[in-house]
Amino acid sequence: MRKCLKDGGRIRCGQHRIDDMEFCYYPGCTLKTKAKDLDTCARSAAQALGVTMTEVPDWQCCGAVYPMARDEIATRLASVRALRCAGERRQSLLTLCSACHHVIKRVNHDMHTDADIRAKVNNYMRPDTEYAGETRVVHYLEMLRDTVGFDELRKKVKAPLTGKKIAAYYGCLLLRPSAVMQLDDPENPTIMEDLIRSMGAQPVVYPYRNECCGGYITIENNAVVAEMCKNILDSAVEKGAEAIITACPLCLYNLKKNGKHALPVYYFTELLAQALEAGAVEGGTVRAG
Amino acid sequence: MQVSEREMAKSILRISGVDTKKCMKCGKCSGACPAFGSMDIHPHQFVSMVEEGNIGALLESKSLWNCLSCFACVERCPRNVEPARLIEAVRLIVIRRQGANHLKPEEIPGLLDADLPQQAIASAFRKYSK
Repeated sequence: MRKCLKDGGRIRCGQHRIDDMEFCYYPGCTLKTKAKDLDTCARSAAQALGVTMTEVPDWQCCGAVYPMARDEIATRLASVRALRCAGERRQSLLTLCSACHHVIKRVNHDMHTDADIRAKVNNYMRPDTEYAGETRVVHYLEMLRDTVGFDELRKKVKAPLTGKKIAAYYGCLLLRPSAVMQLDDPENPTIMEDLIRSMGAQPVVYPYRNECCGGYITIENNAVVAEMCKNILDSAVEKGAEAIITACPLCLYNLKKNGKHALPVYYFTELLAQALEAGAVEGGTVRAG
Repeated sequence: MQVSEREMAKSILRISGVDTKKCMKCGKCSGACPAFGSMDIHPHQFVSMVEEGNIGALLESKSLWNCLSCFACVERCPRNVEPARLIEAVRLIVIRRQGANHLKPEEIPGLLDADLPQQAIASAFRKYSK
């Protein structure tokens, strides 16, 4: 069992304190290719906020969708390898892509709660010590809220996005199923709106912000995706949005492709890096300002 | 070798871990489903048809390929039945058969555009192929 206890006002979860500023970071396949902006802006913003992100060496693709089948272990191994790597460093595993976060968080939950899956994975991997879901999985947004704090973030904003009306698009994977994800209220989330406020902008709340964009269906049935994205974009525009932000490369692709560029779609880290005036980082450049 | 519908129903329950008896037939899963309009068999029907051992029609259903794994049905089910897991298990019964992949690697180049994220290809392969 994971032990959480109070330690002089600090909450300890496993080996890693919630206020530790050093994280093991899992980027995932798309953040090295089509979604470089999501990654590089996150790194430069973290640097500006005093947060250290150490990339998991030799990480493997998480598979992008959570393996719901209870009789599969092969599709869980990449997640467990990354989780164990963070655990060995006594750090939390920081994620950024919604899909990676969803997969790794749920596989970790399986390792913690499902004795059959845990036994099979450990029998296959033969680690020195059994892995049972001890590592904490933290999404970058959670890191901003719980470790940095939105009040502290606000103090570090150099170029506030004053007057901008920004709609947060959550989609599915960050929020559901809430019993496992535990990121925010699944029907009425606030974490991205709080971030938008801390960057000096005005959040736009609209009905479709936690509805699906169509996801991977885009590869073979664009008509379905087009209708779903139209509902999302129309809903945001109707409420006065000037831009939409997301944490998911596939959501960004679907919204951009089906939005005919009427409403700009950004990764939330792009606006964050801009607000913090965070500069270029190794491995990529940031279009700040 | 032919597998009876009864045996397939057992496999679906084993793979998914779903207890169909918990369903109280409120229909919230289908009401919440964003792909409802593109499905021929809806999430609440998957639950009752597996319960009844009526598997043949499910194997042929286009809903297998239109479920988005958005987990709206899972989130909004008041009885924690998790219909998405059932749909996944039926999909696996189909694609685990020899030569029954829904998406084949040779089809991929024709589906690509310059902006398509790797995440889309990885997801589609995990959902549509073994």
